[in-house]
Amino acid sequence: MIAHESARGHVSGFALYTDDLAARFPGTLHAWPVVAPSAHGIVLSLDFDAALAEPGVSTILTADDVPGEGNCGVSRRDEPLFPSEFRYHQQPLVWVLGETLDAARRGAARVGVVSESRPAVLTIEQAIARESFFGPPISLRRGNAASALACSPHRIGGEIAMGGQEHFYLETQNALAWIDETGGIRAHSSTQHPSETQEIIARVLGLPRHMVGVECLRMGGAFGGKESQASLWAAVAALGAWKTKRPVRVRLSRALDMALTGKRHPFFARFEAGFDDDGHILALRAALYSDGGWSLDLSEPVMGRALFHLDNCYFLPALEATGLICRTNKTSQTAFRGFGGPQGMLVIEDILDRIARSLSLPTDQVRERNFYTEGQTTHYGQTVKDAGRISTIWRTLKSCSRFVERRAAIDQYNANSAHTKRGLAITPVKFGISFTATWYNQGGAFVLVYRDGSVQVNHGGTEMGQGLYTKIRQIAAVHLGVTANKIRVMPARTDKVPNTSASAASASTDLNGAAVADACSQILERLRPVAAKLLGCSPEDVRFADSTVFSGAAGNPVIPFSQLTEVAYRARVPLFAQGYYCTPEIHYDPQTGQGKPFHYFAYGAAVAEMEVDGFTGQYSYRRIDILQDVGDSIAPLIDRGQIEGGILQGAGWLTLEELLWDENGRLVTGGASTYKVPSWSEIPEVFEVNFLERATEPSVILGSKAVGEPPLMLGISVREALRDAIAAFGGGGVVAVDSPLTPERVFWAVERARAGPVSPVEQPLGAARA
Amino acid sequence: MSVEGVTPRQNLLDYIRGVGLTGAKEGCAEGECGACTVVLVKQNGEGSEYRAVNSCLMLLAMAAGQEIYTVESLANCPAGAEAELHPVQQALVDHGGSQCGYCTPGFVMSLFAEYYRPGREGHCLIEAMGGNLCRCTGYRPIRDASLSLGRAPDDIFRQRLSQPAPPLTECTYADDEARFSRPASLAACQDEMRAYPTARFIAGGTDLVVEANLRGTRLPPLISLEAVPELQAWAETGDFVDIGAGLTLNEVAARWVDAPLAFREWLTLFASPPIRNRATLGGNLATASPIGDAAPLLLGLDAQLRLVGPAGQRVVSLAGFFAGYRKTILQPGEIIVSIRIPKPLPDFVRFYKVAKRKLDDISTVAACLALSLDSGGRVTKARFAYGGVAATPLRTYEAEQAVEGRRWSTSAARRAQEEISRALRPISDYRGSAEYRLALARSLVEKFAWETLEQAA
Repeated sequence: MIAHESARGHVSGFALYTDDLAARFPGTLHAWPVVAPSAHGIVLSLDFDAALAEPGVSTILTADDVPGEGNCGVSRRDEPLFPSEFRYHQQPLVWVLGETLDAARRGAARVGVVSESRPAVLTIEQAIARESFFGPPISLRRGNAASALACSPHRIGGEIAMGGQEHFYLETQNALAWIDETGGIRAHSSTQHPSETQEIIARVLGLPRHMVGVECLRMGGAFGGKESQASLWAAVAALGAWKTKRPVRVRLSRALDMALTGKRHPFFARFEAGFDDDGHILALRAALYSDGGWSLDLSEPVMGRALFHLDNCYFLPALEATGLICRTNKTSQTAFRGFGGPQGMLVIEDILDRIARSLSLPTDQVRERNFYTEGQTTHYGQTVKDAGRISTIWRTLKSCSRFVERRAAIDQYNANSAHTKRGLAITPVKFGISFTATWYNQGGAFVLVYRDGSVQVNHGGTEMGQGLYTKIRQIAAVHLGVTANKIRVMPARTDKVPNTSASAASASTDLNGAAVADACSQILERLRPVAAKLLGCSPEDVRFADSTVFSGAAGNPVIPFSQLTEVAYRARVPLFAQGYYCTPEIHYDPQTGQGKPFHYFAYGAAVAEMEVDGFTGQYSYRRIDILQDVGDSIAPLIDRGQIEGGILQGAGWLTLEELLWDENGRLVTGGASTYKVPSWSEIPEVFEVNFLERATEPSVILGSKAVGEPPLMLGISVREALRDAIAAFGGGGVVAVDSPLTPERVFWAVERARAGPVSPVEQPLGAARA
Repeated sequence: MSVEGVTPRQNLLDYIRGVGLTGAKEGCAEGECGACTVVLVKQNGEGSEYRAVNSCLMLLAMAAGQEIYTVESLANCPAGAEAELHPVQQALVDHGGSQCGYCTPGFVMSLFAEYYRPGREGHCLIEAMGGNLCRCTGYRPIRDASLSLGRAPDDIFRQRLSQPAPPLTECTYADDEARFSRPASLAACQDEMRAYPTARFIAGGTDLVVEANLRGTRLPPLISLEAVPELQAWAETGDFVDIGAGLTLNEVAARWVDAPLAFREWLTLFASPPIRNRATLGGNLATASPIGDAAPLLLGLDAQLRLVGPAGQRVVSLAGFFAGYRKTILQPGEIIVSIRIPKPLPDFVRFYKVAKRKLDDISTVAACLALSLDSGGRVTKARFAYGGVAATPLRTYEAEQAVEGRRWSTSAARRAQEEISRALRPISDYRGSAEYRLALARSLVEKFAWETLEQAA
């Protein structure tokens, strides 16, 4: 199987990341921020004398140094680089540059900050109480939810609070900037969005974008955290370089990275659902609140995607859903794999489990009864293409995971075990592929073939481990008919492919891959007549494969690709081309809430089996089975990796990863020893992953489907299996629990379950907050 | 190689990255992620063995005279496109064990050390990578890579292990703002402490260096205990086990071959392999963290400490060692020489650790619960020791007394639980609420009773 394009570099330590380059830039200055002392306040004065006297301190970057506009906001101009009013704990106020990182850090500690605190909004509850929101509610509706609720035979109401998630990319945010030989500014940046990083640097320096070049070698993980929030650090480095004429490196320590950068949005949802005796949902009313943090960033599209995915795989005949983004004095929450989709889906999955348990029906049955069928449309008016795949995946997965037999075995086990209980759950995923901001759905490429037949592929996407470059190389190999080892995929650079979109929304292969294919096809069309002449055949009979060129018929002469390229060069045929792609037929009207925002849907489902220790609330992973629709896989090893890593990251979000802030707005789980991501204890002994067969997606490059984000939401199966185990400690009834389901939350949920069923409508707010 | 112009404050990771060995990465700077893992050569019998360590938690001075392998040293002709990868590297490539690749060099080094583990039979143990975090893969392909690796060939890395490891020798490094010395005897340590009264003793550094990395604080003069032979001793008699305070946790495990089950349970839950390759039992006690895991285990086993200081030698009970939050009864200049565990060991002893994450996490509550019974099933001795429930690790004497002299039963356990409820006043923090901690302290007694009574039955 095709390994990751950089795998050999990874294992040998020779694959370079941005900060590995620091030693290559002699005279580099290092940066450390002076940070806000509280969550909200006004800077009254800054005293730099002691800091500047510190040995090794070079200078301090302040608002006075900004030649352009000192604001890094991406959606609004709401992120001052050097704020006079700070809006979250540890927000950088100014930056100290030093000959060493230690000198910069010591200097920063010696800057005297006099400030005056202002009241801070630190929770969603406080924001709701004070009506501290970014803009009016976003809403989506279908039919008349109020009257459908009134007519429903059963109704349940409830709430769920879900925590956010720290990206915890192993490589923290960093950038390195210098003034190049032509007087322009250049930056290496660990960014998912080099074009936006270029834009922000140009904005801060007051330069046209052609003066700014940004390159991303590769990232040590990103997961959305470097989509809109990588640029600020690059802008600080660039500003420092501009001021000092020396290279400047910004690299956040883990503690700074966690304190300063945005996370997955915490959400709070209130809902009321109406359903019939069989568990069919008849109506849903839901109000979603997200904790957006101090600036808007990408919170609007994140909320939008949460509302789009409130249906997950289920037909909701009547719906009224609203979303409000809370403005709080915390880090500005941002993109994170799934981009609101996970939060929206968790709401409906939580509700379905409650409906099933309130009717004493199996949860898998109630889910299945509500699936979309072919021809149905979503609440935003898009036909659910390939809706039949949901049932196909469901049935196939249940059968190959032996769901029914294991259900019986687990019930048997639980009946005989007082102190440990097992839970089993199957949950589906339907995830819309495309940026919901339609204009981002374009990709660019620049493919260079050299006379010796070697190929350099440039494209607009960045590599963060997701395997994009591996797939791009495959796509180029297929479309040029050359072997993969002749192809070099270059790091993303804004001076090779301009005006790119972020590598995000799972769409990088779809967009950039199609653009690469376009460029390759143009080159082959130019080579075809040259080859035809050499081979003595007609142009349409020329075939390109494995770096050789031949005519269709067997036994005919073969020429090496490298010979053809040399001949073509001498015949004055251009051997390079730009490629372009934009996703067809997508549109969305935010005013009406109707349209076709997604090019297609990616489907999948997972079965999880968990075991809970009733003495402690601790749990273990027994088994996970997954069936995922990846279309025709371009690189199976990569796709399997995305699926396995995705579900574990999703499970981490829903179980052990807990962001806690204290009453001053300080993130108290702000380091690797306090914020725990999944480790070896979270990998199940049995971990089966399969791809849906005969799943070609004809409208996408090589018939493939996006795979980056969808599997994250398979992690919901782990949470639902825990709820199933918790339920087994009691005698039935709804299991209302907030997220993440830490051992402590499980422990108290088990205690509540043992105490007896609670009427779902009367579920007290406090009890669920344990 | 020789190193000049470097402050003794510098850590090994920053140093190797600064000289261009950028394979090792900084992911957390506190020994939690393993991206910085390198391998030390340490003595093993007549020969030596490879030990994975966190280079972010080693000061460069600690590496003086040591032999270290970084990831760059494994592949043959590594910079070339056709480099011949080491078998552990090739296994990770073949199984899709890297995605973003940032953590990968650390995994490679942990697996490398495991690949050449003396006496290893069968495949490589995935536990060897317990100190390495990966945010991308979900670990399955890394597990499969590990399971695919059989016996190590007789290559240069294996041949190296037939030779002894370089000894730790006395050394001193100092500049204007930092000092690191490594005396070779207890007496020399005392001399050093007299000369530098603000100095601190340092062993593995897995606590002290974290503090320096995270807070950016300047450490006081450091006196390393690593080269002191008395602290490396091991003795076992019919009456006690005497564990040198300077032995690393993994060294203790290697020597204590018939250790009770509770010790084995404790070991795998204690931090991670690279930490256990550096952290010492004495260090874990001397830092006096209320959530250090050594104290509850050793309190449950009635351990005593042999101390040596300017005023001479004394033996104290661990139960009287902790004087308050992060405080002990150690006098200035006093050193823990060994930890003595009396025999016979209790008839029943279990170690429980509750944390958000099962492996490599810090305790919400840890407990060592131990019982000895007479032939009639009456409790002759009970030890209910906890971490995470107070400012220090402690024994709950009231609960112990409540069961001593009684038949061990669920009702006896209930009496102990009631005493625990009265005695403990834990606090709330990000690892758990006060209510949860108290509930756990009680619940673990019930779990212990359930397990021991089932075992006895």
